[in-house]
Amino acid sequence: MAIAHEFNYERPQSLHAAMELKDSYRNSALIYAGGTDLVVNIKEGMLKPELLIDIKDIPELHKLCLDNGTLYIGAAVTFMELIDTDFVEQACQMLHDAAKTVASHGVRSRATLAGNICSAVPSLDSATPLLCYDAVVHCQSLEGTRNIPIGDWFLAPRKTAIKDNELVTGISLKIPKEQNAGVYLKLGRYGGEDLAQAGWGIWLNNAKQYRIAHCALAPTPKRAFAIEALLNGKELSPELIQTAIALLDEEIKPISDIRSGKEYRMHVSGVMLKRGLYAAKDRLDGKIVEPAKLLGGI
Amino acid sequence: MKEISFMLNSELRSVSVEPNEVLLDVLRDKLGVKSPKCGCERGDCGACTVLLDGKAVRSCLVLAVEAENHSIITVEGISVEKLSALQEAFIQFNSFQCGYCAPGIILAVTELLQAHPKPTLEQIKESIAGNLCRCTGYTPIFDAIMALTKEEGK
Repeated sequence: MAIAHEFNYERPQSLHAAMELKDSYRNSALIYAGGTDLVVNIKEGMLKPELLIDIKDIPELHKLCLDNGTLYIGAAVTFMELIDTDFVEQACQMLHDAAKTVASHGVRSRATLAGNICSAVPSLDSATPLLCYDAVVHCQSLEGTRNIPIGDWFLAPRKTAIKDNELVTGISLKIPKEQNAGVYLKLGRYGGEDLAQAGWGIWLNNAKQYRIAHCALAPTPKRAFAIEALLNGKELSPELIQTAIALLDEEIKPISDIRSGKEYRMHVSGVMLKRGLYAAKDRLDGKIVEPAKLLGGI
Repeated sequence: MKEISFMLNSELRSVSVEPNEVLLDVLRDKLGVKSPKCGCERGDCGACTVLLDGKAVRSCLVLAVEAENHSIITVEGISVEKLSALQEAFIQFNSFQCGYCAPGIILAVTELLQAHPKPTLEQIKESIAGNLCRCTGYTPIFDAIMALTKEEGK
């Protein structure tokens, strides 16, 4: 099937040229990187752009570096690059876990983290590490730069805080200096490629501070602040975790869809929270954890 | 219409494309390369897998115009003079029945073996987790790859 909708395609060689195009076309131009969501949405008639602005020739958008404790991920960096880069795994294992669960190998070769958060679907695996690490989304337009905290980024399903003349140039995460560890658990219907039925990102440090985020369990990915507040300063124990699980009712708002019922999502979130907390603690203690094996190893 | 040139199976090819043409259609209908198959057309099944600059990608989700100045390899390109060792192993182990998924799986595994000549079963499963085969149940595919990569170690 060819794409029925007709559009123009530009491949600007500089960020400035890309911003000029975006500024003149506004909402009728879409930023194009991996295309793994965009092409599907155009094929299915959900999006009808006049222009696609391919940003892959803009050198600075391919930047991926760890400088002074800040992990910077340019807008054109693919999930495969994140997975294959050692300093990403060392600095932010939760992000590395989440990147490995996105779709399949052939999609991760093209799909980008920035594109993922711009698609902003509720089941966004990569949002949980970004939320736990208080990431900042860097947006640029001819008017200037805006640095948007990830907590303010997701407004509704498929809706973000970006303006119609802006493009995302990169995302940065502050890597805490103290000893810390994180893990991302994703439950799909089977071991292969699937969207999340539920996803939980869990982080803690040696001062017993906790950061917890979830996806596929509410209209947007979110931090679970009430659970964090309960856990902060406390040693994990079966009783404490039971109390945390009891808070799920107010923390998440799952729906029933093709992948699972809301009752199942509610139940399995308790299981995932418990196993995720222990797994993060294990990593903090230097043990090797394989997140894919924590939920039945399918 | 835009005239683009790119390396297709180590040969420089030129073709005129509209911005809304996907690479899969251009390869099959304009350039006569029929090994990439059209399955789901939304990136789920892997039947249209090709190697873009050495990396396995979904050609149904790549715009043809993007291929300009890049390199595309299909199954035709890895078996110019004779079948690759991987293809021979697939024949030996009867790894396919209908064969619709075969080009995609062969390319995905070709990429894997370049990076990991001796992959674990887990790595093999992960590399083709997005390539659906509805005939074999995958076991003969895994067996062929495991046997081939063990043999090479002798």
